[in-house]
Amino acid sequence: MLRVNNIQVVYNDVILVLKGISLEISEKGKVALLGANGAGKTTTLKSISGIIRSQNGELEEGDIEFLGESIGQKDPDEIVRKGISMVPEGRRIFDDLTVAENLVIGAHIRTDRSCIKEDMDRVLTYFPHLKIREKQRSLFLSGGEQQMLAIGRGLMCRPRLLMLDEPSLGLAPMVVKEIFGILERINREQGTATLLVEQNARIALHFAEYGYIMESGKVVLDGPAARLMENDDVKEFYLGVTKDDQKKSYSEVKHYKRRKRWLS
Amino acid sequence: MDEGTKYFLQLLISGLAVGSLYALVALGFVLIYKATNILNFAHGEVMMIGGLVCYLLLTAFSIPFIWATLITLVFALFFGFLTERVILRPMIGQPIFAVVMITIGLSIFLRSLSGIVFGHHNKIFPSPFSETPINFKGLVLSHTHIWIMIISALLVLMLALFFKYSRTGLSMRGVANDQDTAMLMGISVKRVFALTWGLAFAIAAVAGIFLSNVMVLNIGLSLVAIKAFPAVILGGLESVPGAIIGGLTIGVLETIVGGYLDDMMPGAKELTAFVVLFLVLMVRPYGLFGKSEIERV
Ligand SMILES: Nc1ncnc2c1ncn2[C@@H]1O[C@H](COP(=O)(O)OP(=O)(O)O)[C@@H](O)[C@H]1O
Ligand SMILES: [Mg+2]
Repeated sequence: MLRVNNIQVVYNDVILVLKGISLEISEKGKVALLGANGAGKTTTLKSISGIIRSQNGELEEGDIEFLGESIGQKDPDEIVRKGISMVPEGRRIFDDLTVAENLVIGAHIRTDRSCIKEDMDRVLTYFPHLKIREKQRSLFLSGGEQQMLAIGRGLMCRPRLLMLDEPSLGLAPMVVKEIFGILERINREQGTATLLVEQNARIALHFAEYGYIMESGKVVLDGPAARLMENDDVKEFYLGVTKDDQKKSYSEVKHYKRRKRWLS
Repeated sequence: MDEGTKYFLQLLISGLAVGSLYALVALGFVLIYKATNILNFAHGEVMMIGGLVCYLLLTAFSIPFIWATLITLVFALFFGFLTERVILRPMIGQPIFAVVMITIGLSIFLRSLSGIVFGHHNKIFPSPFSETPINFKGLVLSHTHIWIMIISALLVLMLALFFKYSRTGLSMRGVANDQDTAMLMGISVKRVFALTWGLAFAIAAVAGIFLSNVMVLNIGLSLVAIKAFPAVILGGLESVPGAIIGGLTIGVLETIVGGYLDDMMPGAKELTAFVVLFLVLMVRPYGLFGKSEIERV
């Protein structure tokens, strides 16, 4: 359904951030995009949603195809209309608006105004925490609730593909578990394909069917999630376990160097 | 009612009427600032042009006041779209300082252009309101003041409903809150910017038409906007209710100060706005309703 074809993205005409990324998601699929900070995950999502250009970025090479149509140069509002919704990094809820207004604004592109209330109720059944806060200003939500609101808002346009940028960031493990449970349900019940960006590889690979691992603007490894989880390097550098099951720090210099060798 | 109370109430009411107009000007100013982060220094000129266009329709074309006003509003709306499209959109991504300079340039240009088109003489605006004042329990109220208050209140109410319940109004609030994320909702930010300028200009035109009824109509009318700046800053640059309360406060205080002190201290009235502003900012540097930090990520 979505095919990203060898894209190169440049910021400010000079900074090459994506050096030829390709990835693919099938109808109703669950795909994870993993990688360390600065790898270019967010840039990849922004390229797909089309907001890259409003941030001085440019898709220089390659193309993005959605449902058989090229969307690489389309404006963000057109891309949302085609059925791609993005839940941005850091949640970015509209904190001047109430919870309900955040959901309504998520349905901005829709013309079937009468069905919006229905969809809102449906979203609120996925996120009962939000239900009780419907009339409150969203600034006063907790981090977990804000993430739920951001996801709910992203669903209000009835997307075919939902893209999530680090939904687990800064949340307690219990909350993360709850949110991923809901994402599972949404994928299963609504048939919404999901492209998940995470630094938390463990939770992402449990959720996804297929994974891509990015390093400095390139995909360095990809495969079915189960196989990635068995991969020794992934285990060591992304899941933080060694053979004798000891926790390891990502940033340990020696290993970082070894990883680099493995990448090149 | 004794004479003293009567005089005070009299001042209060004309203060509220003038304040409503400051509030309208401040409101347009805040709408633009909230949505686009631009301080529009040409706002006073837009207001003046509103008055002049309406005057032209009334005198040269003898169009009835209601229609003249509606035509002026539509004109101001498109004038706003045009300004956004031609002058401000090409400035997207430029330093904010450059954009502000552009609006100052625009204000000078519009003032000169208006001088050329309409002449520099004082014009007598053919007021549609009855000259005979209403006598209410000893208070003398002018029709003009009453209408100013009614129409301003209605306008503010309509705007409040528009922002609260309409899809377009909500999208405008979304853009003002977080532009990038609004884009992710499928909102066309360009369209919202154009609408914001159009709407703000139309509100300024309403203020301009009413001001022409109570003040001398000439190029100098644009300077009234200087009074709206304290109102805006008093309310806190980003707050719509703040703009309204700021405008009313300045209008009332200024009229009352003028009423009591102008004999002894000529010019005290003109200073009031700035003294109040100074005092408030000493206590609350971000204005009465401002956010303590203006953040844009
Ligand atoms: N607007 C921008 N302008 C210039 N460089 C950027 C911009 N956004 C991101 N970058 C750079 O691009 C690289 C990838 O960033 P990003 O896509 O946010 O990575 P990730 O989401 O994987 O952490 C980083 O080195 C970052 O500094
Ligand atoms: Mg990121």
